[in-house]
Amino acid sequence: MTVPAGNTPALATGMDRWHFIHPATDREGNKLESILFLILCPLIAALALSLIRRNSIRRLVVNISAAVLITASLWLLRNHYAVSIQLYQVDTGWIRLWMQFIELGITGYLITMSVRYKKWSIIPLVLAQAGISLWFEVTQGHHLEGGSALFIDRLSLIMAMIIGIIGSLIAVYSLGYMEGYHAQKKNVADRRRSFFFVIFVFLSAMFGIVFSNDLLWFYFFWEITTVCSFFLIAYHGKQEAVDNAFLALGLNLIGGLAMLLGIVILFLRQGIFEWDQLLIQNKLLMMTPVILLSIAGIVKSAQLPFSSWLLGAMVAPTPVSALLHSSTMVKAGVYLLVKLAPLFTGTYAGLLVALIGGFTFVMTSIIAISQRDSKKVLAYSTIANLGLVVMCAGIGTYESVWAAVLLILFHATAKCLLFLCVGSIAHTIDSRDIEDMEGLIMAMPKTAGLMLSGIAGMFLAPFGMLISKWAVLVALIDANPILSFLLIYGSAATLFFWVKWMGKLVSVNRRRENIEDGIDWTIWTPLFVMGFLTIAVCLFFPYVSHRMIEPYVISIYGMTATMSMGNIIIMIIMMGLVFIFPFGLLGSRVVLKTQKPVGPYLGGANIPGSRTFLGSDGTVHEVSFQNYYLEKYFGEQLLLYPSIFIALGLLIVLMIGAGI
Amino acid sequence: MDTLTLILYVAFAPLLGGLLAGVDRRITARMQGRFGPPILQPFYDVVKLFNKENLVVRRSQTVYIIFFLAFMVFTGGIFYAGEDLLLVIFSLMLANTFLVLAAYKGSSPYSAIGAERELLQIMAYEPMVLFYVVGIYMASKTFYIETIATTQHPMLIRFLPGIFLGFLYVLTIKLRKSPFDLSTSHHGHQEIVKGITTEFTGPSLGLIEITHWYENVLLLGMVSLFFAPNLWMGAGVALAIYLLEIFIDNACARARWQFTVFSSWVVAAVLGFGNILALTLFG
Repeated sequence: MTVPAGNTPALATGMDRWHFIHPATDREGNKLESILFLILCPLIAALALSLIRRNSIRRLVVNISAAVLITASLWLLRNHYAVSIQLYQVDTGWIRLWMQFIELGITGYLITMSVRYKKWSIIPLVLAQAGISLWFEVTQGHHLEGGSALFIDRLSLIMAMIIGIIGSLIAVYSLGYMEGYHAQKKNVADRRRSFFFVIFVFLSAMFGIVFSNDLLWFYFFWEITTVCSFFLIAYHGKQEAVDNAFLALGLNLIGGLAMLLGIVILFLRQGIFEWDQLLIQNKLLMMTPVILLSIAGIVKSAQLPFSSWLLGAMVAPTPVSALLHSSTMVKAGVYLLVKLAPLFTGTYAGLLVALIGGFTFVMTSIIAISQRDSKKVLAYSTIANLGLVVMCAGIGTYESVWAAVLLILFHATAKCLLFLCVGSIAHTIDSRDIEDMEGLIMAMPKTAGLMLSGIAGMFLAPFGMLISKWAVLVALIDANPILSFLLIYGSAATLFFWVKWMGKLVSVNRRRENIEDGIDWTIWTPLFVMGFLTIAVCLFFPYVSHRMIEPYVISIYGMTATMSMGNIIIMIIMMGLVFIFPFGLLGSRVVLKTQKPVGPYLGGANIPGSRTFLGSDGTVHEVSFQNYYLEKYFGEQLLLYPSIFIALGLLIVLMIGAGI
Repeated sequence: MDTLTLILYVAFAPLLGGLLAGVDRRITARMQGRFGPPILQPFYDVVKLFNKENLVVRRSQTVYIIFFLAFMVFTGGIFYAGEDLLLVIFSLMLANTFLVLAAYKGSSPYSAIGAERELLQIMAYEPMVLFYVVGIYMASKTFYIETIATTQHPMLIRFLPGIFLGFLYVLTIKLRKSPFDLSTSHHGHQEIVKGITTEFTGPSLGLIEITHWYENVLLLGMVSLFFAPNLWMGAGVALAIYLLEIFIDNACARARWQFTVFSSWVVAAVLGFGNILALTLFG
């Protein structure tokens, strides 16, 4: 009630701007250990898990490792949140050697798999990468030392929180989930030892990505996540899973190859092989390597024309979808692009990247309307939201980068919650079809409640993704109002598919028994913690933004966007109102005592206590109704391939730009 | 923040909205060759509804309606308090979501179809409404309604003729007028008359009526913003447009959803986005 809205020009946009240079807060003292710990601890856990056969010991190890990782992440946050950027020198010679060995091992593994499954097109990609990498190491390796291989800034810290906290929770969830998975699917070989080994290797690689300053390290960890993704998608072992795993592998290898070429060109032309050096260069001289790097980011974040790999990846067990294909690995793609954002500002490459992201957002949001498979809807929505981040990165203004980091944070929490809920629901009702989720508010009230908060978190005011979309819209209007077209149409579609899903969960057609009692605590704990986090990031959003995201944006652009105090107050009031709602539902039986329950109107005579009614000619009819999916207008068959072709066109124009 | 208009809105919007509904019914009756009810009939109806028994299919459905009303008042409140226009749009979306969920909660085929159609309607008008905000921002350089309304500048509509016309097009959807009254209607000859409100009677239906009165006054306020800073003129034009909508309502038959969604999208793209394009290129 205090802010005189609009009296000052600074308040005029709703998102204020602050112009000041952040004081140098870099603290002396080497906190390298905590970074190394986060990279190495999951690796040690992975090695231990690869040896453990007993399920009870595995549970113990996974739970302890998760607790340690979460604690270590929070410890890092406590020590580093005030540090704008810190570089660490590491004695890189012998590590580089080890990396080369591991890369050779991976090359061998991938070639073996390709030969075994007769996927010949993968082999040239693998060999090309291995060849270039080896040649570069042998001829230039001695020039690549003495730099700062590791670093930490606030963006990598935010990413580390997502990986450390959300990633660990998903690992715990996997324990209960995979037990049920193998109990249900007797024909699938129980490879849980390898499964947990890969999950923890993956976590280690993700920490490696966000803390690497050396681009070759970055590339090394990047490729490891690709291989982890390949293994986990193929986990089921049936033909479809194997095919989709190879599709994901092939496309991501193309991305990896582009990245490697970008790094090689960057070094040969400019002598640069580190992030901190790259980001201070004249952007016009950097265009070729920057475009090559951004292609890697576009593939990893499953943007059109490469989106099909992420849709195929939904055959993987659901915790894998939550971890790799929504919360973390695909975020590495947009992390790369957001880091490149200052080099995109005002360039044609940036505009094209923004167009690819925006186009992906609008098309995948529209196609999501036609999807009945819950995981497919989540996959399309993930691709769409990553598209928004890509669009923001491509625009590369301080407002859009602020919005991009908000999107990454809010999306990771809400979408992870949704995937975990869907996994739990699919296990219990043995279906992923949204039409089968009717009445879950009675059958699985806790899960449905969490699911509804997750969905609300994805598109409704005053929750996270809505705040982010708001920020994106403001950034677009200020930078390039023409691009707002894509955001606006995509948002309209988003609302449709989320609300009809919510409607399915809350409508109740018949008496339902509670069926969620048998669910394991390793599933409940992550679900409730994620539910809490989804709400908490919205509640503490002004604080998180002020302490972490805005300083990050200032450190790059010298100014930042933020939300004005007046709007924060209104949002908090809205949040308060929304929180009353569940209590309203619980209290409705007590407070609204005068209500008289009757049967619904069925256009005929209801037959009491049943799902049938008498029609006008005396025949008995069953009641059923379905949501609209409108496949004739928004179907995948109709829209996906044209979208891929258009995006391919944009990508080719982008690549021609790289050649010039 | 303008506390006076906020209080005026919360206290008197239902009065104004109810009167408009009464005038609406009288004019409609005259157009159809009937005499029509008294102007105050909507108020008598609502009072009567509150004295009826509250029959429900699910006990919690009334809670959704209470929150529909609460958020609608809240939305109009932020608008008339002169706060952020984008926030108004997002809050309006939240309020409408509660109505759609209430219909789903009603759990009958009719209310489910109403809910789906309401979602199609929202999807139809949403782009144009967002272009409206973008246009107002580009013309006035601010999202703050109070600043837009009080700062001396050339009337906004001079920069936003396309957006004004496009907004009128989707206003027909928002006011639940034919040809776009897919989810619920007050014309008895439609194939599904009440759709989204099928499972609401008595007090909950009364609440829905009051919410619509609040919503209509908010929408007319949004129209009058085009004439800022000359708001009295804006209010006059808004009322005239309401009369025009009554005429359209009686002159048109209900359209299919395909026409509703795609024509609104095309109108938004041509008039709304076209206007923004012109402002970007020549502004």
